[in-house]
Amino acid sequence: MKITLLDRILLLATGLLAAWQVAVGINGANTLPMIAYTIAFGVLLVAGLLLIILGFDVLESPIVVIVSTVIPLSLSLGLVWEHLAACRTVYLVFVIVGFLAILLTRLLPLRNILPVMVLAFVHGIAGLTIFLLPIVWTLTGRAAPGFALVGVGGALIGVGGLLLALLKAGKPLLSRSTILKVLPGLLLLMTAAFVAGFALA
Amino acid sequence: MHNLQSAIRNLQSKIRLYWPLTKSLQTGLLLSTGLAGYMSARCPVMHWYDFLGLAVSLFLAIAGSTIINMWYDRDIDASMKRTCDRPLASGQVSPTEALRLGLVLSLLGVGMAVVMSPLYGLVVFAGLFFDVVIYTLWLKRRTCWSIVWGGISGGMPILAGRVFGLGHVDGIGILLALAVLFWIPTHILTFSMRYHEDYQAAKIPTFPSIYGFLATRTTIAISSVLAALSIAIAGVLIGMEWGFVRLLAVLSAGLLLLAVASVFRPTERVNFGLFKYASLYMLSAMILLSI
Repeated sequence: MKITLLDRILLLATGLLAAWQVAVGINGANTLPMIAYTIAFGVLLVAGLLLIILGFDVLESPIVVIVSTVIPLSLSLGLVWEHLAACRTVYLVFVIVGFLAILLTRLLPLRNILPVMVLAFVHGIAGLTIFLLPIVWTLTGRAAPGFALVGVGGALIGVGGLLLALLKAGKPLLSRSTILKVLPGLLLLMTAAFVAGFALA
Repeated sequence: MHNLQSAIRNLQSKIRLYWPLTKSLQTGLLLSTGLAGYMSARCPVMHWYDFLGLAVSLFLAIAGSTIINMWYDRDIDASMKRTCDRPLASGQVSPTEALRLGLVLSLLGVGMAVVMSPLYGLVVFAGLFFDVVIYTLWLKRRTCWSIVWGGISGGMPILAGRVFGLGHVDGIGILLALAVLFWIPTHILTFSMRYHEDYQAAKIPTFPSIYGFLATRTTIAISSVLAALSIAIAGVLIGMEWGFVRLLAVLSAGLLLLAVASVFRPTERVNFGLFKYASLYMLSAMILLSI
């Protein structure tokens, strides 16, 4: 499917928002969360630029699954490191092992269900962390109400990830053309929710 | 009144013909490096007339040398599918007219630069000399290594801008020029792979035709690493804010990702994607250096 001018504009806006977030950083974040957030928004920025330059065909590349895992993993790591001090080490180990597991199951020529299971498990944990942590923190008064927007972004990234993963697995929820039509808007909404959430936290 | 209208129409049609001779995108990108070099000097007081003078003199010199280059290479352009419609190759502009235009613009650009600052003028002249004499007239048709000299001349605008801002040549200026020199292969070699057959038909030695595609892609990947490192080190030495350093690192990672992908999973799409991304990367890096 050919990329339209509107798609390009939406992706450019996504890239600019992500670039802005990388440049201003997150208030009060220490070194590790700052690196994690920079990686997450950096991948969003580069992904937006590559989609503009190479078009939707770039999504066919097997590297996309690996690279797109980096966004939820690094974002959730930043959130856990900042807000759940007791789970820092455990979650860091989960992120490293999870990423390596996805990398291995994607690079090795496995023909069973293992690659999808590993992807679903790692994505699921990271996505739920991004979705639930900000909302729970907001509801319990441990963060400002605006922080809940990060959870909204988490829900959107989950929807996008699910649509793309099922499409690649050959069991799409929506047609390929519908998914590609909504993808740029979804990416922009998701990035805007993250940026607004961190700004209002 | 009628004569005036006709003169204006005539001028408009000339500008429409002359503009493509300047390769406006390439000239614009090189001009942006020159302006970034000047801004990177963090002049305590920046006068708009200095900035304007720098922009005009660099534009004239870069556009002039590009036109002379196009004048000399008109036979190559005429033999290549991609370039045979250019005004000189297609006969819309006569060679004498183009040569005169190129010389006038070059002289005006270098002359203006010398008046503004002799050292700045010298660097601008060096860039023009490397591009026209060493690269275009001497080496382009003899060796694929001519791109090194093309790269050196490409690094001169950013050095010139910094020299104009500081009043002297410094290590950061050299580093910035090196960054452009290392970036040039990413820009030119991806292009020479895309139009490999055209260049072969025109008998122009290129890296892909002499050393093959794999070696060319590896060269691009290595030079991308070196370009990104040079810009990052220069950025840190200039005192760029950490937020911008982070952003530069992210954009550099994208460049490296594409360069590595072009080595291990080479496709035409990735190759041309790298070409486009490299231009965007350089423009973004220049904006970040200028802020």
